[in-house]
Amino acid sequence: MSGLRVVSGRTRRVLGKARTTIARSVVAVARPIAEPLVAIILALVVGAVGIALLSGLVPGHSAFDFGLSVQAYLALLEGVASPNGITSTLVYATPLILAGLGVALGFKAGLFNIGGRGQFLMGAVGAMAVASTIGTTQSSYITIPLALLAGAAFGAAAGFIPGLLKATSGAHEVVTTIMLNYILVFVTYWAISGPLSLPNAPQPITVDVMTRNAALPIILGRDGHIGILLALVAVPLVWFLLYRTTLGFEIRSAGANPDAARYGGMKTNRLIVLTMSLAGMMSGLAGSTTLLGVVHQMAPGYDTTVGFDAITVALLGRSHPVGVLFAGLLLGAMRAGSQTMQIQAGVPPELVDALQAIILVFLVVNTLRRWLGRRAGAPGSMSSTGVAERAGAEGIA
Amino acid sequence: MTEDAASGRPPALEMRGITKRYPGVVANDHIDLDLRSGEIHALLGENGAGKTTLMNVLYGLARPDEGNILMDGQEIAIAGPSDAIARGISMVHQHFMLVPVLSVAENVILGAETMSNRLFVDHREASKRVGALADRFGFNLDPHAKVGSLSVGQQQRVEILKALYREARILVLDEPTAVLTPHETDEIFALLRRLAADGRSIVFISHKLYEVLAVADRITVIRRGRVIGERRPGETTEAELAELMVGREVELTVNRGESHAGETVLRVEGLRIADDRRQEVVPDASFEIRAGEILGVAGVAGNGQDELVQALVGLRRALGGKVTLMGRDVTGLSARRLNEAGVGYVPGDRQRFGLILAFPIYDNLVLTSYYRPPFAHGLIRDDAAILASAARQVERFDIRTPSAGVSTSTLSGGNQQKVVVAREFDRPLKLLVLDQPTRGLDVGSVEFIHRQIVAKRDAGTAVLLVSAELDEVMEMADRIAVMYRGRIVAVLDGRTAEKGEVGLLMATGGREQAATDKEALA
Repeated sequence: MSGLRVVSGRTRRVLGKARTTIARSVVAVARPIAEPLVAIILALVVGAVGIALLSGLVPGHSAFDFGLSVQAYLALLEGVASPNGITSTLVYATPLILAGLGVALGFKAGLFNIGGRGQFLMGAVGAMAVASTIGTTQSSYITIPLALLAGAAFGAAAGFIPGLLKATSGAHEVVTTIMLNYILVFVTYWAISGPLSLPNAPQPITVDVMTRNAALPIILGRDGHIGILLALVAVPLVWFLLYRTTLGFEIRSAGANPDAARYGGMKTNRLIVLTMSLAGMMSGLAGSTTLLGVVHQMAPGYDTTVGFDAITVALLGRSHPVGVLFAGLLLGAMRAGSQTMQIQAGVPPELVDALQAIILVFLVVNTLRRWLGRRAGAPGSMSSTGVAERAGAEGIA
Repeated sequence: MTEDAASGRPPALEMRGITKRYPGVVANDHIDLDLRSGEIHALLGENGAGKTTLMNVLYGLARPDEGNILMDGQEIAIAGPSDAIARGISMVHQHFMLVPVLSVAENVILGAETMSNRLFVDHREASKRVGALADRFGFNLDPHAKVGSLSVGQQQRVEILKALYREARILVLDEPTAVLTPHETDEIFALLRRLAADGRSIVFISHKLYEVLAVADRITVIRRGRVIGERRPGETTEAELAELMVGREVELTVNRGESHAGETVLRVEGLRIADDRRQEVVPDASFEIRAGEILGVAGVAGNGQDELVQALVGLRRALGGKVTLMGRDVTGLSARRLNEAGVGYVPGDRQRFGLILAFPIYDNLVLTSYYRPPFAHGLIRDDAAILASAARQVERFDIRTPSAGVSTSTLSGGNQQKVVVAREFDRPLKLLVLDQPTRGLDVGSVEFIHRQIVAKRDAGTAVLLVSAELDEVMEMADRIAVMYRGRIVAVLDGRTAEKGEVGLLMATGGREQAATDKEALA
């Protein structure tokens, strides 16, 4: 008996060790995605209750009909699951992933870039400027890369300005990017109705990039443009930048502890300018791929919500490139399925906006809770000066 | 317990057989602790010995797996901090929980406001009461002063006042002196004695031996979650307490041996430095350090030491003057260039400057060298080289961690400092600048780090050691420079200097003394 026990005890130890290793790796994977997952599930529950509360407004349904909620979500899924749905998920996800990567880069450096809207528009304007000038004479092999490059450069310039302001005068990027958004919306308006406007058109409108060899080639289904590939390639590239290069180390250091970064000999001001430019570049690429691959033409008043949606994407993806990829795909899928949901269940597609907003609320609540919990619950575990900073950097990162 | 038993009164507080397990570790293993009214009871132990866990149990922040708590002989259950406060147990944390923009009185009454009616706080009444309480115990605090404008020592007194205002009978102070100057420490000790004389019981958590001996009535030593012994200050010595605490004999004073000073490594001439408010806090600093010697800088905190150190390592631009390293003018070089020139630097606030706590240990070990071979080739990091070097340093510098991949925030203070020391010491150095290298560390880690410093000196490095703890300077330095109002007012021989003499120079600057003497003669 005792001999048996020794053997079994040893086996148990080995097994136990294996089990804890497995458990540990499960925890390592599960922990970062638990919070976003909870936020998504809670949002779906709140959304279901919301639909049920208003179900009386949909013809053929009584009030408080939870069946409609189920029906709406099933229709949403059905809309995504079709071949067309998958393509359109990817198309919707492309700018979200690109701009989301930009916002995530900013978060990693401790910067809150709200300028996605203006940077996106600059990207579209840059691409349009190239398409409408050289597009008439050059082949698409030259026009498209140049247009994308121009979009990236215009977006980077839009990020560079608030970065420079922060580095030189300490002006907070949240304030300057919001203000710059207004300016850039009107710069776009001016560009479309002025220099980029088609001559002799009854109303101001730009050229259609299809007529200028500048439309992105379709590689998937009806409207799956090649920009999808760009977004998918950008994910590992940004990951590599952040985790395998010295520049990425500097960016993450500056975000996690700027004092220690300076101590380590890093030029934090230069990093701020560089990271904001990179973030702007990513949003600019989102704008140029959307213009060249989806909308093709702009009229005055052209605008986007991608810049703000990208913040949700970055938060939901916890600022990790792979997380951003999945978050972008999720929000893209919700948009892609919303049409089917409207047709089959009669629930308006705006539900998707509501869901997205509720997800954001839950994410922010979680961040706050963690922050408050850390302050109250763990005496002496961290320096008091560091806590706020770290919560700022980590909470949103 | 005998005296109380004789008087028939149960102790004010008793903790019996407290056991608290965390995954993989028993933080408290059947700990017994009793606290009489009117006594200062010190809880002594290394970082991670389980002192804080025990107090968290008392304060309701952690639920014990076994054991019970008795107050005045009655068993009680403490569900949370509010419960503890209601029973008269208060805790003053190492990091204060104060609102800087509010006044002293407002901070004190926060959560227990005196209302003039249902809507408005009665500020006058609040100030009066808080002021009266402060005067009664000699707190020396103005109830109207904004907390943000107070010194650290004064802020701590506000925390204690807060506890008293809530009628705390049992006051737990978690390493209260970690952030204080020697003078402030004396003040807080006097205050604690007055509170004890008033019949309140105080638990004083610390790992500083001399403090415990100076202030406590009784000392309980904890090691690895167990009570190792109980002593009275009169019946024990620092050496015995250190041995109890660490579990082996500890060298409290480093045998630093002879210094074999060589050529001049660092020469500072007429350095002028301003602080963040553009006040010229170092008007004229001149000194030199030779190879193989430790120059200790003694001075009351805030006499320009921080600025001097920052200027020497390239984190602050000097207004004027000249710094020469091995005959080369290095004035105004960046932190990185100085690092490359062979300057190592251990910053005073390791959590703010020295480490990125959220990062794994291996990233922190390359914080100053991540960009150069072998850790990077061009823009690409070489993770294999970084990990290999980290594994070696963890081994060599005895950093206690499951692996170099864990987040640095999970390490104890001593091990965090060992990460900084490993990074800065593990290469050939011309000059080593140390700003409070052992602040807040337990005796075991202090011993380790002091040995490393001496080893570095003996290898021919010039060492600059700045410390607010005069004892450390006295113990380690071959020469002692006394800094007063941004000037080096005296340089003494470390072997012959006397503590009283250095203390006087620190307090008066000596020169003023001499000047007044001269006037008196004239």
